[in-house]
Amino acid sequence: MGEVILTMKGIDKSFPGVHALNHVDLEIQKGEVHALMGENGAGKSTLMKVLTGIYSKDEGTIYFEGKEVSFSNPKEAQTAGIVIVHQELNMMGHLTVAQNIFAGREFRKGSFIDDQKMIEESNKIFKRMNINIDPTETMSNLTVGKQQMCEIAKAISHDCKVIIFDEPSAALTESEIQELFKIIRDLKKQGMGIVYISHRMDEIKVITDRVTVMRDGTYVGTIITEESTKDDIINMMVGRVIYEDPKTKSNVPKDAPVVLKVEHLNAGKMVKDVSFELHKGEILGFSGLMGAGRTETARALFGADVKESGDIFINGKKVVINNPMDAVKNGIGYLSEDRKRFGIVTGKSVAENTTMATLEKYCKGPFINKKKEKKTAKEYVKRLATKTPNTEQLVVNLSGGNQQKVVIAKWLVRDCDVLIFDEPTRGIDVGAKSEIYHLMNELVEEGKSIIMISSEMTEILRMSDRIVVMCEGRKTAEINIEDASQESIMHAATLRD
Amino acid sequence: MNNNSIIKKIGMQKVITLGILLLLLIFFSLANPTFRKYTTFLSLMGYTYYIAFMAIGVTFPLLTGGVDLSVGTGLICYALAGGYLVVYKGWPVWLGLLIAVLFGVVIGLFNGFAVAVLDLPPFLATLCTCMITRGLGSICSNGTGVPWPNGSAEGAWFRNLFRLKVGGVSIPIGIIWVVLAVVIMSIVLNHTRTGRYVLSIGSNKEAAKLCGINVVRYQITAYVISGFFAGLAGIAFAASFATIQPGLGAGFELDAIGAAIIGGVSTAGGYGTVTGTILGVLIMSLLKTGLPYIDLQANWQQIIIGIVLIVAVMIDIIRSRRVSA
Repeated sequence: MGEVILTMKGIDKSFPGVHALNHVDLEIQKGEVHALMGENGAGKSTLMKVLTGIYSKDEGTIYFEGKEVSFSNPKEAQTAGIVIVHQELNMMGHLTVAQNIFAGREFRKGSFIDDQKMIEESNKIFKRMNINIDPTETMSNLTVGKQQMCEIAKAISHDCKVIIFDEPSAALTESEIQELFKIIRDLKKQGMGIVYISHRMDEIKVITDRVTVMRDGTYVGTIITEESTKDDIINMMVGRVIYEDPKTKSNVPKDAPVVLKVEHLNAGKMVKDVSFELHKGEILGFSGLMGAGRTETARALFGADVKESGDIFINGKKVVINNPMDAVKNGIGYLSEDRKRFGIVTGKSVAENTTMATLEKYCKGPFINKKKEKKTAKEYVKRLATKTPNTEQLVVNLSGGNQQKVVIAKWLVRDCDVLIFDEPTRGIDVGAKSEIYHLMNELVEEGKSIIMISSEMTEILRMSDRIVVMCEGRKTAEINIEDASQESIMHAATLRD
Repeated sequence: MNNNSIIKKIGMQKVITLGILLLLLIFFSLANPTFRKYTTFLSLMGYTYYIAFMAIGVTFPLLTGGVDLSVGTGLICYALAGGYLVVYKGWPVWLGLLIAVLFGVVIGLFNGFAVAVLDLPPFLATLCTCMITRGLGSICSNGTGVPWPNGSAEGAWFRNLFRLKVGGVSIPIGIIWVVLAVVIMSIVLNHTRTGRYVLSIGSNKEAAKLCGINVVRYQITAYVISGFFAGLAGIAFAASFATIQPGLGAGFELDAIGAAIIGGVSTAGGYGTVTGTILGVLIMSLLKTGLPYIDLQANWQQIIIGIVLIVAVMIDIIRSRRVSA
């Protein structure tokens, strides 16, 4: 293979509380497709953000075309010839294809925009890519696949030498993926270095030449795709080191009653025919890769999103849940993955947030009994060891872990029987993490039941009594904790049909 | 230290607003001695009543993160409808007053339905009802002005609700109603579920929904409150001014919304108080009555009010930046 075009050596990056990249290496050659793999949170995106100048590195060096470089923003990286095609398309739907491709660097004739030239240039690029898109078409009229092609065209128009694809196939159909691969092979022939980030094992085998695997912010190794198997890669991704003791056996008695039963739940593209049961006192882990449809399943179950079909039974009785109000009435509480957007009311106090879901209990007629409210808030601050100066403190001023505790308090006050924890420890430091684990264990001991969605393998293995694995909206496995391993879960999580 | 905690308790913005209010009073009094007359006070109150009711009402949609642009033309429409029935159809005055308020409630319900159920942007939904009420007002009154009973006419008693004449001296007892409205609505906002939920929806609608709060119901409630108070504002307007002309009222809503924002109601919703709003109202009506005394007529008033608003909105933005940081 060809000469090296890009080398990243010893890249180190820390965020407050997280060592995101720990001396990571990456080497890209001209004319190769190089896969970058790892679990969610392994540091792939962070590494690419360091490369393209979105983040600055703490340590390490980047060599590009033999020279040491350091980009302080994406524009500089683009100008040098390193471009990223993002997973989410950054397109302006109302503008034309050509206008999008040249957005921000329009050709001009005097002080007027030269649309004609932009159309001509776009056509040249499309010809080079061997695809047929009309540059005068409005962007939003194109299929997602075609939009992706435009995004690639935009990258090429920068005259780039290294192009990074961040999960390009996530939104594409099979035939669109084939077309994408054709383009990638063409680009490869032209001598470009291509970084391909994906979770899809079968694609990796088809399109890439080498694979670099990352785990927990560290570099694991680089292998040649042809000489390795899918299992080799999975083993590298999950590693042999286990940081926290996984649960060895379920704490739920065999005859524990079913408190929640979901049958054939369908909701959009992300929830397809999902069925499962939740037993009393059980922590049911939901594992899967990003975009597997776990949060969507939870939201549909909770009534936050519209479901197309499916039955929900609580304690054996069929219930109708059309909105969160119904869910709460039926004793279900949902702790969102996105605390700031869906979990807390940041501009309100700890006390107000604590009673948010139960306010009627704190009312005499129409009036709120603020003394009683404060008393309860104080109780829960004490019970959960929430660090806050007082219950009047605005939640926005608390740390992530303590905000999460306020959200938990809200649902504890409500006394829900079923709690859905969606990424309960995301963005929370290690100390608060184990406190929250402890609390979850306490809750199931009290006879509550928990659904825990988590992208952290160790968390799943440490907390769950049983594990549901999802991939692309489908349940691909249900594994008892006794039989679970990182490998078996990862295998099910990449099981496409 | 002690002083600081008092300021903190009342809220910085209210302290500033109160300070500005006092400064304006002192300034106008010094600039023109005739300002210091009782009649000035009476005309100040004439402005205050209807702006106050409108502003108290519109505070609630604002707190949910919405807005109600229909209160200005609305209040004229309600006063025209009620007045027409009284003056031209011979209905008793009390019934006319009731009709005005009910009309406001109905329009409020409509706004709430459009925003909460049909999910229209509040700005657009209420802009439409703003135009609709403007047209409806003219239709209700057959396009003519409506002089609510005055002087010794039968039914003129209702004007005494706001300006009681005792031995040739007018007493602006409308203040009582405004104070009462402020107290009641402050309690509603701070001590009832309705108020708490209105604020929660304004702070984070999605989070409120996921708590199982009936977001639709409380959004509608906010617009109904706004409509109800627009109805009361209609009555106050009818009592304070001799004749009501159709076509009036456009732009009144900006006085009310501006007052609320000057008083510290966040334009993004979720934060604000009724007492703050009423301070804003006083600044508005003081500018309206005071500026002519220093020879600044209508055009200048609008420029000055506009500048005051920009400052208020900037304070709001700085504060919300701090909250969302």
